[in-house]
Amino acid sequence: MENTKISIHKLNLYYGQNHALKDIDMDIKSNAITAFIGPSGCGKSTFLKTLNRMNDLVDGVKIEGEVLLDGENIYDGKVDTTLLRKKVGMVFQQPNPFPMSIYDNIAYGPRIHGIKSKADLDEIVERSLRGAAIFDEVKDRLKKSALGLSGGQQQRLCIARALAVEPEVLLMDEPTSALDPISTLKIEDLMVELKEKYTVAVVTHNMQQASRVSDMTAFFLLGDVIEYGETRQIFNNPREKETENYITGRFG
Amino acid sequence: MSNSICRKRVRVSDYILTGIIYMCASVSILLLVGIVGYVFVKGIGQINWKFLTTVQSPTKGTFGIAGNIVNTLYIIVITLLIATPIGVGSAVYLNEYAKPGRIVRLIEFTTETLSGIPSIIFGLFGMVFFGTTLKLGYSILTGALTLTIMVLPLITRNTQEALKTVPESYRSGSLGIGATKWYMIRTILLPSSMPGIVTGIILAIGRIVGESAALLFTAGSSFLLPKAGEWLGKITESGGTLTIQLYLCMNNAQYGEAFGIALVLLIIVLGINILTKYLSKRFDVNSR
Amino acid sequence: MTEQKTGSFSIIGSYKTKKTIEKIAQVVFTICAFFAVLAVFSITLYMIMNGTPALHKIGLTDILFGSEWAPTASDPKFGILYIILTSILGTAMAILLGVPIGVMTAVFLAEVAPKRLAAIVKPAVELLAGIPSVIYGLLGILILNPLMYKWELAVFKGSETHQFTGGANLLSAVLVLAIMILPTVINISESALRSVPDHLKAASLAMGASKIQTIFKVILPTAKSGIITAVVLGVGRAIGEAMAITLVSGSSVNFPLPFNSVRFLTTAIVAEMGYAAGEHRQVLFTIGLVLFAFIMLINIALTRILKKGACERE
Repeated sequence: MENTKISIHKLNLYYGQNHALKDIDMDIKSNAITAFIGPSGCGKSTFLKTLNRMNDLVDGVKIEGEVLLDGENIYDGKVDTTLLRKKVGMVFQQPNPFPMSIYDNIAYGPRIHGIKSKADLDEIVERSLRGAAIFDEVKDRLKKSALGLSGGQQQRLCIARALAVEPEVLLMDEPTSALDPISTLKIEDLMVELKEKYTVAVVTHNMQQASRVSDMTAFFLLGDVIEYGETRQIFNNPREKETENYITGRFG
Repeated sequence: MSNSICRKRVRVSDYILTGIIYMCASVSILLLVGIVGYVFVKGIGQINWKFLTTVQSPTKGTFGIAGNIVNTLYIIVITLLIATPIGVGSAVYLNEYAKPGRIVRLIEFTTETLSGIPSIIFGLFGMVFFGTTLKLGYSILTGALTLTIMVLPLITRNTQEALKTVPESYRSGSLGIGATKWYMIRTILLPSSMPGIVTGIILAIGRIVGESAALLFTAGSSFLLPKAGEWLGKITESGGTLTIQLYLCMNNAQYGEAFGIALVLLIIVLGINILTKYLSKRFDVNSR
Repeated sequence: MTEQKTGSFSIIGSYKTKKTIEKIAQVVFTICAFFAVLAVFSITLYMIMNGTPALHKIGLTDILFGSEWAPTASDPKFGILYIILTSILGTAMAILLGVPIGVMTAVFLAEVAPKRLAAIVKPAVELLAGIPSVIYGLLGILILNPLMYKWELAVFKGSETHQFTGGANLLSAVLVLAIMILPTVINISESALRSVPDHLKAASLAMGASKIQTIFKVILPTAKSGIITAVVLGVGRAIGEAMAITLVSGSSVNFPLPFNSVRFLTTAIVAEMGYAAGEHRQVLFTIGLVLFAFIMLINIALTRILKKGACERE
């Protein structure tokens, strides 16, 4: 248990009357990639967002249970959500760079967390862009608008932006669903590199992606976790009938 | 074990900025409440049946605004009778006939320009063009024609917005079974965009009721009622609206009467606001 | 129901009349559309026709850069420099005062206020936009001017040179204008703020930015072109306003210092057109032409900004 980064106990989430997540228990390992799979509307994205409290922004959400990050319950009243989110970063489905220069996009996070020195920022920007394997492509146009990049580049920029605040956990919500196959492969390679330093949790619709990159896989259905285990076992030897139906495409 | 997430970070700048936001918002809200409240308190004592139904008369020493109310109505009706068909027609052309290009850009630019021209300029133009060149003098007609140009963009734009919300399937549905374009516009498009047109008209009424600078040198300042049997002839005579009378009262330091008129105007504006809100709500429901 | 109607029409109308009606309809709509073009064209023409004679007669520099305004003196002087400066300075001051308050109120409505409160305040702001300008003038005279007079008495106590204005001065007019541009600034900034995509907000919050940091570092910069539009429209409204400030700003032409009685481009026309004749009247039209030129500049700037904003969005 010592390499558990996030530990979820009896997590329930309601959107008004709708019981969207039901009694979820899960331990997420550090320095590994955990994939959440399942059909649309099964709650996997909602679950991902509970891990850095992005669901707080939605009206009418009620959350019960606890999510322990390094032993601290993130739903404790004493928690500062800005510190939580600094520690648990997020990459979204649609690439969403700010309408600013590439440099300012990356420097945004460090700046809000109080880093002002130009030399420090320069260093962070370069390190983050290298970390997201995009530095060589953009190094000559750091002052140009980030909106001029291609979709795949924008998504890697967003990953770099998330890395710039030095998170410990990186949540990725279908990070490649809006991208072409080549950009997708680049991001998958990047994810594998990232797990050396970070704990990664990824929601994906793409079965191959989950089997290629992840170490652990959780299968969600209608707000329940049907099966959670090592990726190899889930894909080669699922214990549950529903899991097998889903990954072999015979679902529904 | 890294740094804990359970220590509240205090950001002084956040508190200061939040304070500024709240301060500015309360200034705005207080100004609003203050203005409306002040006019109401000062004006309510002035308003009675006699104030609304009699005409100002120095010999009898009475003060009433019946003539100004009638003049305002005259100007509203005449302005809308001219501006509505032109504004709606213009919107139909822009949305249904015109192909994107230079001409549409020119028309849209001039419509935009018209809505940005200050009313005092309309007043000057109306005075020399309708008043002098067309020899209409200081008259209700001169005022109404001047205001027609002024409210045109309001009606055009609202009609255009409404036409845009009519689904393409209505058009192809009608044309597809052999209706002509004009017939389709008349029976499908205009009825479906009626709420938008009506909203434009009501906004135009609001603008006309509140207008003063464009009327001062065009419609004049008479406060008399039309003579019996000469209702139509009145439009070639001078006629001051409520706002003009309010301005004259201010000039003569008749502040009590001024507040009475101000309150009447405020109530009309309030009514118009409520009406447009109601209409746009219904409009939303229809388009869904 | 409509299908049946359509059917009966095509039976009644013969092909030829139908064609004619179609043509007529199209021509009528086109004429309507060109009405706006015609109107702007004629207004421009008439403003130039009526505004330029004085420039020829009295001289361009004497009018535009002359600082003495004595239109009814035996040796009349028609310098409108101070009038132009008053309009520029007064508008600038009103913008400096009104825009920050307006934009912050918009931030309050779009991002900070609880939904219920915003739902009450929003229509109230719209009401403020609809209040006739003469009412602002009335309140200015009765509330602002006395206050300003007190302030003036305190500032210029014992001054020999200052001409006391009774509170009808530039400062009063600026305050009235600042209040009058508030609804424009609030409404347009608010819709610009609301159109900032949620995913940008989410990205900022997900990096550990606080709500306020997100507002000032992401939402406001993203809504920049909308807010600039609001400011430009505010400038247009302030520089073109006449009736609200005619009586509030004083009745003589002076250099625009806060406690001086001043005339704006608009108020000079309103106050003097009633009795002006001859050259005096022509110069008033020149003032109108100057105002018109300012407004056209603002309109062109506005079209540029809107076009740029549209490009950025794509």
